[in-house]
Amino acid sequence: MNAEVKMMRTAAETQYADALGSLPATGAIRDLRAKALSDFIEKGLPHRRVEEWKYTDLRVLMREMAPLADRPDASAIAEAKKNGVLANIGAREITFVNGAFAAELSNLKGLEKGLSISTLADALAKDPMLPQLLAGLNPSKYDAVYALNTAALNEGVVIDVAAGAQITKPIHIRHIVTGTKPVSVFGRVFVKAGKKSQATIVQSHSGPDAVAYQTNTVLQLSVADDAELDVVRVQAEGDKAIHLSMMIGAAGAKSRFRSFTLTTGASVSRHTVPFAFAGKDIRASISGATLLRHKQHADMTLEVDHALPGGESRELFKTVLDDETKGVFQGLIIVRPDAQKTDGRMMSAALLLGESAEMDNKPELEIFADDVQCAHGATTGALDDDLMFYLRARGIPKKEAESLLIQSFFGEAIEQIENEKIRDAVMLRAGKWLAERSVK
Amino acid sequence: MALLEVRNLQARVEDKEILRGLDLTVKAGEVHAIMGPNGSGKSTLSYVLAGKSDYEVTGGTATLEGEDLLELEPDERAAKGLFLAFQYPIEIPGVASMTFLRTAVNAVRKKRGDEELSTPDFLRFVREKAKELNIHQDMLKRPVNVGFSGGEKKRNEILQMSLLEPKMCVLDETDSGLDIDALKIVADGVNRLRAKNRGFLVITHYQRLLDHIVPDVVHVMAKGKIVRTGGPELAHELEAKGYAAYENAA
Repeated sequence: MNAEVKMMRTAAETQYADALGSLPATGAIRDLRAKALSDFIEKGLPHRRVEEWKYTDLRVLMREMAPLADRPDASAIAEAKKNGVLANIGAREITFVNGAFAAELSNLKGLEKGLSISTLADALAKDPMLPQLLAGLNPSKYDAVYALNTAALNEGVVIDVAAGAQITKPIHIRHIVTGTKPVSVFGRVFVKAGKKSQATIVQSHSGPDAVAYQTNTVLQLSVADDAELDVVRVQAEGDKAIHLSMMIGAAGAKSRFRSFTLTTGASVSRHTVPFAFAGKDIRASISGATLLRHKQHADMTLEVDHALPGGESRELFKTVLDDETKGVFQGLIIVRPDAQKTDGRMMSAALLLGESAEMDNKPELEIFADDVQCAHGATTGALDDDLMFYLRARGIPKKEAESLLIQSFFGEAIEQIENEKIRDAVMLRAGKWLAERSVK
Repeated sequence: MALLEVRNLQARVEDKEILRGLDLTVKAGEVHAIMGPNGSGKSTLSYVLAGKSDYEVTGGTATLEGEDLLELEPDERAAKGLFLAFQYPIEIPGVASMTFLRTAVNAVRKKRGDEELSTPDFLRFVREKAKELNIHQDMLKRPVNVGFSGGEKKRNEILQMSLLEPKMCVLDETDSGLDIDALKIVADGVNRLRAKNRGFLVITHYQRLLDHIVPDVVHVMAKGKIVRTGGPELAHELEAKGYAAYENAA
């Protein structure tokens, strides 16, 4: 008799296995997809007994998989045209509507010298090594989001910045969901920043409120030696959406990497960032601001892995939790034996506005080198009564006083964005969140 | 009608009675000083008037131009014309001084039915007042009070006072931590604001400040109430004899 305990498959797991298993398996990525799907079928969705998902029990939070989205029709394109975010940052826009590349909402004309942008399908046709590159930038162990994204790998974009190219115009990848029916949407973005290149990538997610759609996107970043790459993400999904995403990065020697994520959307979201310091003397900053209201649940999980000496990493995350929201921050800094002189600092600060809001902070250090400077901190607090009294004693009404203090709290994280236009646009979105907030 | 009228005011923090039946009347145009030993309840009086929530009023009344102050939120009191210059102005990291001042000025103007100031008008207004108080523009570029010296913080309080154009100004130990030069600047700033439609309540432990801001009336406070009232000469008497007589009295 077999005494092994086998977990029952949930409806969502069965639906994923069926839906992704019946996708046409084509060309070079066939094996990649098949392997990912069999991994998923074996291991399934994570639950609270999986350490990395302790606070975000996806088996419970995602009971059903929404049906795969159809290709967008003209009305979907028209709706998407109106509903993008960060419209005025002077960027080159690449748009996906319900997961499908929308040529009519994308600008691939007049690409700067050294910049190549192709749909995933075109890139795969051109570059037989691409599946291997994609597979190489993977999480260190099984991750259901990555497995599902890979099992569904079909639509996406490959951005290649040639060695030495300085691309000043930001490249904005928009993932827009439309319609009133719950759908499942997948997306893959691969950015290859060549040696000594410089570029700014913006990634935004938006969709309709009151629709329980599900998105799963993976952003893979390969940052070569001496390259400088900025990434700004805005997750502004509709209020009933489930948003699962990853940013997987590997940086080469003396490269400079900055990323920022603004999270205001989705009913449940999880963003996972495995980032590898794969060369010497890398400087990286990974930051974000998360603004939650009603019953939103947002999880930000980082794994910063220093393998070689002289790396400097800065992580600053600010979470504002109103109403009955739940925020999760898990930040792991690994310093491997060869990564001497690593300087790592991680800070997660949470501001609880709602009496039933909850923040779970789990900063961790795993240090195997002896000559390093690493620090991490996590704080959770309410608005300071003395600060509030000072502002109100100057005639500032409660809501405005709270807004000033909340803005100053998350502003410190938004300040990390280097590009001024993008920073202003992100600040404006965060300001909109504040303006919509009702004061108790 | 009196500008500020306090009758039999009683207040406590947690279970500790601090104000025990305080009476005080300030008419428009007058400067009153309240002196008293540490722990007599001077700062509590200022906080209760401004509406700090840690203090529970258990009895009595306080009105500004006949209107019940104790019913109002702190920001409503400020809009009505009450201003508290804090003994320890608080640092607000991340909030730019100019944003703070502008938000405050426009909130108060709006409540009073005045038009909000445009950015250029506001800047002109701040520059003019800041100059009078010897406040450098660089100071206003920093977050509120962050990295300010003790003297700068107090000058910043007076700047806010002059921008908000209050009717009744309460200065809580504005002299504490100031050297003589800073004290003079602060006192000059206050004196410039003296007007026949404005009242002042200057709370201080030492007579020194009152050499520069000469009061019309001096009160002695002990154990939560006013125990003696006189003219400016009373301040000199206290300076000479100390508070010992009052600490055991009342």
